[in-house]
Amino acid sequence: MNKDSNAQGKAPGITEHSRIRRRSYLIGLFYATILTLASFWASSTDLIYEPGVPILLAVLAIAQMGVHLVFFLHISSAPDQTNNFLALAFGIFVVGLVVFGSMIIMDNLNHAMMPMDQLMQMQR
Amino acid sequence: MLGKLTWAAIPFDQPIVMITSGVIGFVLLATLGLVTVKGWWPYLWREWITSVDHKRIGVMYVLLALVMLVRGFADAIMMRSQLALAAGGAQGYLPPEHYDQIFSAHGTIMIFFVAMPFVIGLMNFAVPLQLGVRDVAFPVLNNVSFWLTAAGVLLVNLSLFVGEFARTGWLAYPPLSEITYSPGVGVDYYLWSLQISGIGTLLSGINLTTTILKLRAPGMGYMRMPIFCWTALASNLLIVAAFPVLTATFAMLLLDRYCGFHFFTNDAGGNPMMYINLIWIWGHPEVYILILPAFGVFSEVVATFSGKPLFGYRSMVMATMAICVLSFMVWLHHFFTMGAGADVNAFFGIMTMIIAVPTGVKVFNWLFTLYGGRIRFTVPIYWALGFMVTFVIGGMTGVLMAIPPADFVLHNSLFLIAHFHNTAIGGVVFGAMAGYTYWFPKAFGFKLDERLGKASFWCWFIGFYLAFMPLYALGLMGATRRMQHYPDAHWQPLMLVALSGAVLILFGIGLTVVQLAVSIRTRERRRDLTGDPWNGRTLEWSTSSPPPAWNFSRVPLVKTNDAFWASKQHGHEQLGEGPYVPVHLPRNNPTGVFLAFFAVVLGFALIWHIWWMAMVGLVGSIVVGLLQAWRTDTETVVSAEQVAAIHEASTAGEGAI
Amino acid sequence: MNVMTQTVPTSEAVPLSMRGPAPVQVVVGYGFWLFLLSDIIIFAALFAAYAVLSGETNEGPPGAALFDKTHVFFETACLLASSMTCGFATLAVQRRSMLGAFPWMVVTLILGVTFLGMEWAEFVHMLAAGNGPSRSAFLSAFFTLVGTHGLHVTVGLFWLVIMMLQAATLGLRPIVRRRFFCFGLFWHALDIVWIGVFTIVYLGAR
Repeated sequence: MNKDSNAQGKAPGITEHSRIRRRSYLIGLFYATILTLASFWASSTDLIYEPGVPILLAVLAIAQMGVHLVFFLHISSAPDQTNNFLALAFGIFVVGLVVFGSMIIMDNLNHAMMPMDQLMQMQR
Repeated sequence: MLGKLTWAAIPFDQPIVMITSGVIGFVLLATLGLVTVKGWWPYLWREWITSVDHKRIGVMYVLLALVMLVRGFADAIMMRSQLALAAGGAQGYLPPEHYDQIFSAHGTIMIFFVAMPFVIGLMNFAVPLQLGVRDVAFPVLNNVSFWLTAAGVLLVNLSLFVGEFARTGWLAYPPLSEITYSPGVGVDYYLWSLQISGIGTLLSGINLTTTILKLRAPGMGYMRMPIFCWTALASNLLIVAAFPVLTATFAMLLLDRYCGFHFFTNDAGGNPMMYINLIWIWGHPEVYILILPAFGVFSEVVATFSGKPLFGYRSMVMATMAICVLSFMVWLHHFFTMGAGADVNAFFGIMTMIIAVPTGVKVFNWLFTLYGGRIRFTVPIYWALGFMVTFVIGGMTGVLMAIPPADFVLHNSLFLIAHFHNTAIGGVVFGAMAGYTYWFPKAFGFKLDERLGKASFWCWFIGFYLAFMPLYALGLMGATRRMQHYPDAHWQPLMLVALSGAVLILFGIGLTVVQLAVSIRTRERRRDLTGDPWNGRTLEWSTSSPPPAWNFSRVPLVKTNDAFWASKQHGHEQLGEGPYVPVHLPRNNPTGVFLAFFAVVLGFALIWHIWWMAMVGLVGSIVVGLLQAWRTDTETVVSAEQVAAIHEASTAGEGAI
Repeated sequence: MNVMTQTVPTSEAVPLSMRGPAPVQVVVGYGFWLFLLSDIIIFAALFAAYAVLSGETNEGPPGAALFDKTHVFFETACLLASSMTCGFATLAVQRRSMLGAFPWMVVTLILGVTFLGMEWAEFVHMLAAGNGPSRSAFLSAFFTLVGTHGLHVTVGLFWLVIMMLQAATLGLRPIVRRRFFCFGLFWHALDIVWIGVFTIVYLGAR
């Protein structure tokens, strides 16, 4: 096939030609461990303002996902990673729509509609 | 031993079903018998069934779609004739339980087993040729995708003879589709056949997206791709993003039905509206998955037969990608009436109107392409012009219903039915027919008969208006969808007009079949000797008709848009260069057909609760997969001399690659 | 200019998109990346269902009463560690070193099986206490979301065993290496999904 190994950009993760070192995994593991410990601590401590805990957990989770993507999957915004990055962006867009769109819509519906058990009672 | 399956599953007491099954069974056996007697099995196995060539697979998809069109259309004729009869107190000839299965099967078959295979088949055939490459990214996976779709087709058709089909409409809303209210096997047939074919579709989406983004001829940057490839890219990105939602939603419904879960039940906290929300997150992108390739076909056809480059290439690309993104942001318009507040409804209503804008951009670009061109009135252009008028009307009624208060009156009325058939037939079907006619000579080496093609077009075109314009009126008068009879006898004349339209479309389909038969018989008169029967603009016309298995004898070097047209303008300047090189072709592979076989076994077993058979299906599928994993002899090499010899001897014209 | 003397453009000045078809490892890697994104969208739909239905306990115990955070912490540790060992195995495969890769593959397998064992134990415990998926919409959503992740881990471990057998029987030839790189992507993606699961389902349980 093509001798130009850079044609159409690089594949995600490790392939034949990526020069990834062990270090990337160790750093990734380090950050991920810290973020995991922080999440578990945040969910059980009294030191944080209670209503802020979910947001903190979300931030920590997103940060850890980013750590995985960068240090384990080697996704970046480099020009030879553009296809991978755009596909990821599209995926995140759809995930966001599916999760948050559904939550907003269903919450809206649940407020406007009669609860199902009351509705069932009307059938009798 | 056989789960729920007993002799009672065969509907001996329903004559219409028994006769239909008998006819289908007879045709099937006769075909298989003919093939056996003539000794065609080795040829079919080698050249078609196990082929991993995208051109063969594309043809098989289109053939599947055309056959299922007949099945789905039979349902349509039955519905129209029933409604023409069942006015006032009359009950027609189809009892409600049967009628419900017919409209459910009609929608399911037309969307999943006619429209999807047709557009996927066209994209499969044309995209690698337009990109100037040898095949799609994953040829064996391509074959698997086709056969998984065929497995879904088989299961759906089995439901006619063994058991029943769903009575829930083509989207099977709970709670009706839950086990409490649909205890039979109908919904299970629906769910399993779509899960199986859905895997095939998803793999196809991954395959074509990867092909378009990673496999293009040298020099073909993104802005030098044909527009059909851009629309194929958008459509396949939507497949990759939307089909998983369908798979997950159906899985949740299956868990409810089989394992007593409570996702969408009426009790224990289930929420049926969640199903409707999720299914339409898939459902709206799905209609764009269908229409975008049709738009792409029209872009190619309009440019070719106007003899001009497509007007506004960049804006077409922008519009296509805008539609791709926006199609994920309008889904609630399918359930405006189901309880959301005015603010949420308003947001989605506005987004729905916004998505009409890029489509409008496309229509204007096509019109500006036609303007000032020397238009050749061939069959594909007939379909394109018919599309432009018809689809715009359908789009307008869509924007009308995008206004939530209007939709409150029109939701689930015959007005809605008319709207989506307007866009589906005027857009998808017309585009599919245009693409079929346009690329037929490339696939088979001869053109289709023009007169019969035009006759078929007129039957479809006039038939469509006769069949669906009355439905707009009826919808405004209060007629709802999925009704087996109606009280107001004043509606009957309009129903009769609609029936006449359906009969005319039936003639149109018949003419397409006749056209194919006649064209084959008289093919020498319309042989394509140059590979370029239409004076085309894009790379697929630079190779012979049909192309060799490796598509291009030399790798084309692309320097501009409409690369083939440019080379013709420069005195047939060579597109490919350098010496002939050996070609590595992937070998034929039986994985797809065997996997599909076990998928049917698994699906059938799960439907009828035959657990041991389900294990056989599952284990069989895994074994087939493992055998493929250890297959090492996967390529043949065609020597450079053979490539050269076949190229010199081919019917390709001057300057062909 | 004489077209016949031009060669396929590979110089630095030519954009990546114009350099012709990508090499096979890029094609395979990208195709698998798209598959992973589609898989993550399946999880998105399941997360959406969980988010909507998590309050519908049908008068049963809520998540906070059912979940054991310590248990989940150890599950998380197993999976995270296995992501790292998988990375080391992948590096060894890239070096074509079966001797280097095999031990890391085995450790990854052990960590994965441990994770599954812990999850299985949790499910069995909940089922025995009458908190199974057919009790309420919340539990249906919980078992489906976490169970689908567990099913993916199971399939992944099965895949890992197949890869070990392929490497042993076919050697680390190009196609086996490409498949292992895909496995690596899959395994890391599962850990990413798990971050969502332990944060939203277990730590977010009220």
